[in-house]
Amino acid sequence: MTSTAIRTGGGVADRHTATPEERERNRRRASRRNVWSAMLFLSPWIVGFLVFTAWPMIYSAYLSLTDYDVINDPNFVGLENYAQMATDPKVLLALGNTAFFTLVQVPLYVVVSLALALLLDRAGRASGFFRTVFFLPKMTPPVAVGVLFLLLFNGQNGLLNTVLGWFGIDGPAWTTDPAWVKPGLILMSLWTVGASVIILLAALRNVPNELYESAKLDGAGFWRTSFSITLPMISPALFFVIIVNTIAGLQTFDEAYTAFFGAGNTTYSNDAALFYVIYLFQQAFEFLNMGYASAMAWGLFVVIMIVTAIQLIVSRRFVYYEGDR
Amino acid sequence: MTGVDVELPVGGPAGPAPRRDAAVPAAATTVPPTDAAALRGEGRRKRTRASRVFAWVALALLGIVFVYPFVWLVSASFKPRTEVFDNRLIPETFTLDNYVSVWQEAPLGLWLMNTVIVTVLAAVTVTFSSAMVAWGFSYFRFRGRGALFALVLGTMMLPGAVTMIPTFLIWNGLGQVGTLTPLWAGNLFGSAFYIFLLRQFFLGLPRDLFEAARIDGASQFGVFWRIALPLCKPALAVVLVFEVQAVWTDLMRALIYLRDSDTFTVPRGLKSLVDAFGFGGEWHWEIIITASVITTIPMIIVFFVAQRQIIDGVASSGLKG
Repeated sequence: MTSTAIRTGGGVADRHTATPEERERNRRRASRRNVWSAMLFLSPWIVGFLVFTAWPMIYSAYLSLTDYDVINDPNFVGLENYAQMATDPKVLLALGNTAFFTLVQVPLYVVVSLALALLLDRAGRASGFFRTVFFLPKMTPPVAVGVLFLLLFNGQNGLLNTVLGWFGIDGPAWTTDPAWVKPGLILMSLWTVGASVIILLAALRNVPNELYESAKLDGAGFWRTSFSITLPMISPALFFVIIVNTIAGLQTFDEAYTAFFGAGNTTYSNDAALFYVIYLFQQAFEFLNMGYASAMAWGLFVVIMIVTAIQLIVSRRFVYYEGDR
Repeated sequence: MTGVDVELPVGGPAGPAPRRDAAVPAAATTVPPTDAAALRGEGRRKRTRASRVFAWVALALLGIVFVYPFVWLVSASFKPRTEVFDNRLIPETFTLDNYVSVWQEAPLGLWLMNTVIVTVLAAVTVTFSSAMVAWGFSYFRFRGRGALFALVLGTMMLPGAVTMIPTFLIWNGLGQVGTLTPLWAGNLFGSAFYIFLLRQFFLGLPRDLFEAARIDGASQFGVFWRIALPLCKPALAVVLVFEVQAVWTDLMRALIYLRDSDTFTVPRGLKSLVDAFGFGGEWHWEIIITASVITTIPMIIVFFVAQRQIIDGVASSGLKG
């Protein structure tokens, strides 16, 4: 079976006449041709991989050991950039901001998208309509989301604080008070949970009905059913959503950069919104410290690898993959 | 089914636990819902009327929360500068001035055209190149295929920041910084996620079809171009739409590569308007709001045109992941 493709290379017609040696030779020739065709189809990716992934990785590792600044040739400085990172207060600040954002945002994001998916699963015919409604914000360009954040979360007359005022709550200055900037950005990010909702809804719909029916026969109540059937059955999708959003959270950039950085902001401190990738971007393309930024990029790489590895290990205990499908 | 026995602790809540084996035939006698019905959410677990009404009310309220930012934005774009923040649903003074002045303040037409050019080039090239590579990985069998494909998937784990600087230096060396090329040309080489998605789809097609075409004398490329690709249209549409959305909304690459206002894409342009007219600038929020509406509307249109592809594509990305 393994050589179906190869046999079509010419072996089929002379199957009855060719001697074993000839057949073997034909097979080899066809197989070589086959590999060449395969390589032709794979060539875009191979070229792209070499030029835009493999070489950049090597070169970025090299740059991280230099003081490259675009204008002058790179000088080898050893591990100096990495040592500097460990003591750079802005790196530590950015790491702290990013950790806070990810640790708070990802659980909230997952809980909210699961809650919405459960509601949609219960909504019968209306679910299609609401699915569309929840997904729509995901289509909004992140720059526009950043703008919406500045507008709706404005401390004096933003919509959010106006609504909070109806309930007697005096809302904070979300866009200017350093203590509230990150919570505000996290709240805003919940607006774009649409994709996660759809992934979880699809997983919920995939749970075989028989499982619920047999659980019912066994007298299982709502909680027992949720924890023994629903959660284990959707755990692969849940895990996927957690991993993807953690990786995205660690690299958050667009919305915060739009709202707080760039040429515009001169009026207030934006330290509270300085996320890791924002600082990396500034170092690379605003201060042109390309060597230092490369070191920062590898730092991010290590962090993402460690976090993902931990999540994979933990997931072995909680994620249930049905059968051997 | 087998795994569930493990998940349910022994000893049911009421009385002696019925044996799981006994329950299975009982469940098996009920008619399983068809896939289509399941997808529509019909014929599912019977819900009580109360729970359904609760779900509808909750969804309606949440739906308002999710839609209102759009409504607010569109409504504010028709308000004069002094009333932008009045949070009224219907503008007290209705005006189209913002839509006029935003075209005067910014080369919005150029930005839109640049974005359309980049988006079309990026989406078309990535769809075609990813399909080609995916076909290479699904149709041909050669030594090292598994390892090579693992490498494709591995590149998805790599944070963009690692390759960002050398990639910039490549385009800088080629003299392309400041042009639109770096925003799409990387797509000529396929993209790991799309290669994965399309390969799954190709693997689902009956192989006999391609063998038959080969015997009938079709070339390797002919099989791909005339038989595999047409069968793969739904998946190609998903890739195309995903990429359209990704490129239209991309900010970081535009920040890195575009210098001159005339070459900006819409997100980059919008960012420059935020800088010029926002907190640090002249406080003309009505300009920013109107530009935001203009930036967002094409994506809303794309969504309503290709809703099914988008939703199905997103849903399957999770199931296969």
